[in-house]
Amino acid sequence: MSPEFATALAVFLPLFGAVGIALLDRHPNPRETVTLVTATALFLVVCSVAPAVYRGDEPAVHFLELVPHLSLALRVEPLGLLFALIASGLWIVTSVYSIGYMRGNNESHQTRFYVCFAVALSATMGVAFAANMLTLFIFYEVLTLSTYPLVAHKGTDEAKRGGRVYLGLLLSTSIGFLLLAMIWTWFSAGTLDFVNGGILRDTLDPSLLPLMLALYLFGIGKAALMPFHRWLPAAMVAPTPVSALLHAVAVVKAGVFSVAKVTIYIFGIDFLRDAEATTFMMWIAAFTLIAASLVAMTKDNLKARLAYSTVSQLAYITLGAMLVNTTALIGAGMHIATHAFGKITLFFCAGAIYLATHKTEISDMNGLGRAMPFTYGAMLIGALSIIGLPPLGGVWSKWYLAIGSLEAGQWAMLSVLFISSLLNIAYLLPIPIRGFFGQSSDRGETNAVREAPLPAVIALTFSALGCLVLFFFPGPLYRLMALVFAGQ
Amino acid sequence: MISAQLPALQVVLPLLAGPVCLLLHHPRLSWALATAVSWLAFFISLALLDQVLSSGTIVYALGGWAAPWGIEYRVDEINAFVLLIVSGISAITLAFARNSIEYEIRAERIHILYTGWMLCLTGLLGITITGDVFNVFVFLEIASLSSYLLISLSRDPRSLTAAFRYLVLGTIGATFILIGIALLYVMTGTLNMFDLSQRIAGVSDSRTVKTAFIFLSVGIALKAAVFPLHLWLPNAYAYAPSAVSALFAGTATKVAVYLLFRFFFTVFDPQFSFDVMQLDRLLLPLALVGVFVASVTAIFQTDVKRMLGYSSVAQIGYMVIGMSLVSVLGVTAGILHLFNHALMKAALFVVLGCVVFRIGSARLEDMAGIGRAMPWTAGAFVIGGLSLVGVPLTVGFISKWYLILAALEHGWWWLAALVLISSLLALVYIWRVIEVIYFQPPSDPSREIAEAPATLLIPTWLLIVANVYFGIDTSLTVGVAERAARLLMGDAS
Repeated sequence: MSPEFATALAVFLPLFGAVGIALLDRHPNPRETVTLVTATALFLVVCSVAPAVYRGDEPAVHFLELVPHLSLALRVEPLGLLFALIASGLWIVTSVYSIGYMRGNNESHQTRFYVCFAVALSATMGVAFAANMLTLFIFYEVLTLSTYPLVAHKGTDEAKRGGRVYLGLLLSTSIGFLLLAMIWTWFSAGTLDFVNGGILRDTLDPSLLPLMLALYLFGIGKAALMPFHRWLPAAMVAPTPVSALLHAVAVVKAGVFSVAKVTIYIFGIDFLRDAEATTFMMWIAAFTLIAASLVAMTKDNLKARLAYSTVSQLAYITLGAMLVNTTALIGAGMHIATHAFGKITLFFCAGAIYLATHKTEISDMNGLGRAMPFTYGAMLIGALSIIGLPPLGGVWSKWYLAIGSLEAGQWAMLSVLFISSLLNIAYLLPIPIRGFFGQSSDRGETNAVREAPLPAVIALTFSALGCLVLFFFPGPLYRLMALVFAGQ
Repeated sequence: MISAQLPALQVVLPLLAGPVCLLLHHPRLSWALATAVSWLAFFISLALLDQVLSSGTIVYALGGWAAPWGIEYRVDEINAFVLLIVSGISAITLAFARNSIEYEIRAERIHILYTGWMLCLTGLLGITITGDVFNVFVFLEIASLSSYLLISLSRDPRSLTAAFRYLVLGTIGATFILIGIALLYVMTGTLNMFDLSQRIAGVSDSRTVKTAFIFLSVGIALKAAVFPLHLWLPNAYAYAPSAVSALFAGTATKVAVYLLFRFFFTVFDPQFSFDVMQLDRLLLPLALVGVFVASVTAIFQTDVKRMLGYSSVAQIGYMVIGMSLVSVLGVTAGILHLFNHALMKAALFVVLGCVVFRIGSARLEDMAGIGRAMPWTAGAFVIGGLSLVGVPLTVGFISKWYLILAALEHGWWWLAALVLISSLLALVYIWRVIEVIYFQPPSDPSREIAEAPATLLIPTWLLIVANVYFGIDTSLTVGVAERAARLLMGDAS
């Protein structure tokens, strides 16, 4: 299979899967087999592209011309490969988890759920491999629309309200700001291709640069910069597998991935640095980073706390991009990976606790850790990785982000990163600590608690191990990120 | 041999079919004839467009009487394109009309409806194809009178007042146009558009020509429902039979907008219309206000057909915005949206026709929960709605793209931003409906609702597929619109 074919296949494979799932509406077991097979095949397909990219190739596919000189096209570069690998790899794990969760919870509309999930993954692949801003934008919108039914899944008033906020914010930022920025770019540069070094250097008046940058960064609502972050907590009404893969990995990472992509390939980091255009957005990211952590501390609902934690962690990546130097961007790229593993583990745990006990509030979870050792062990690992302590993967990304802020001479940003890590400890660690050492008010009830269904436990153990592996073997990740800048 | 007579056949065929429909006096036979003629007209317009694109403007002297004594038909890129839209929409909605009309209209009146339909089509095609301004007025009256008839045929008694209102305002508009034409004739001694465009330059300083310009502008703007002259439109669309609403939404206002282009850019030259008369200074603010007022009004409608009517007023605003940018890019955007909006609005009205066919109402609260019972209909509404909002891979996106590009070309940031913000308003009123049809439990759970029959769904989905197809492959639409815009702007390169 040629890398070009594999690239195109990565976008279409989940769609074929979605058709298969829809056809097997009334046969749950074959239907879930299709999901698992599709997920595995997708991961293998993405892996098959990897060697070419590590060699320095950029497999490209051209579909069709939408308007003259503006095409729907794919091109795999290292950053996109990184994102696609993570999303497709974790889809397998999440699928295993979903089967345990959706059946254990007797959810309705399961076919619709799996179909939308597959379509969302197809859109994610499209975002990852997009060769130009227009293609990215199209798949970005498909991702929003395909995840809306997942958010509003339960159909209750609360779910409908959540869905409305979700769709409203994501679509209005993307149409109101991102589309405008994109057409402005097209108008100034005459191209929307992702080019190493950027396309705006000679075509945009540097004094307008901060405005354009703000339009892009706020327009990419999925990166959840304040004040356009409300959709992410609103999305927590979705079933937990959705929160895990989509709202800790695919959707939100599509956001920060787009931010990195725009920074590197539309603006070009040299241009941004020379024009000193990023200060304002850097402070917005720093503010989001701290404020979201503070809000997370006040949330007693576990998923809400994790959601605000995600908002904060996404701001790390945006901040890394706004520091505009190679080291910080490598850190930002690695954070896409390490945070993915850490946060998906935490969401898996939250779902497992809900399955086993139907509890959602942290203050009700005292002492559960002794009854659910696997879940709580995984949760501890996930929390420590996100905080950034060895021996877990989260260390590396924070390390490079810190060095990057020093390189940029931004002492203030370094202290923001430091303060935020302390805040992470304050709002994440109490959850496993309460689980292991807390005293439950109702001893008999706690003793009756068992671990969640096996598929769920397997999935969360696996993703927790991933955090460990990333600490000991960060090499491939680093090399991939370094390749992004090899050409410059 | 016959290919030379196509311009005449384009109009004459539906004109003859009208009375024959009446004489047939049979619902199915009249429908069959109307459909056959409509498809024929569609193929004729395809052939005409092909001829124009390959060998340039076609000039046809009706009855062999050369202009200026005879009537001249003149087909260039822009009206060939509009002919294609009108005949295409009519052909598809007629395929849809058979079942829908039989459900909505008393059987003994059905053949009258198709008679009216054919005459309306004659009028619309005639307005578009002719190169003679008095002929425009004649066809305009044919189209208008038959539209009043079509609207009032609906069973809903409110359609009578809607038709009457349209009649009063439409007549005022037509009278204004006639006065404008008469004044031009007094000054130039010709009714032929081409001659007019040559001779007006010599007398354009006179107050009479300026007065004629004003009468024509107001008259045509009234027919095109340009804000604030739109008051007749929402009710006319809401209470007409569904298939007729779809026809009007896709054709009637489009032809009027075409006339605006024709008069402002060909008969009067753009330099006179926009530099001397400074029309853009009036049109642009009105169009913008219209887009916002109509979109916000649409949000508060309880009748979805009326909501789409207000949405049409807003969308016409986009075309006028494109026109009043007076640049090749802006005019391209306007013409492009003419085509694209015809597709999306016809599609949405046809979808509502499917809904009415099953639940007997287009009121929002009656549509609760039908998404599950009518998945194909509901799915069509979602795609059509997204196209209206301007989501990528639909025609709406292409329209927005060019309109914003044209605004940026002028350096008008605020305009680009306002256009985008207004499309978010469209998102609000479309999503209101989507939420009700998918997530609201049915008001009467005991009622059995079935999916619309295939005879309705196939034309519906044809239109939906067209919405997506022309959103992806834009070579035809953008190509023709761009050539037409260059022609109108007098930029031959």
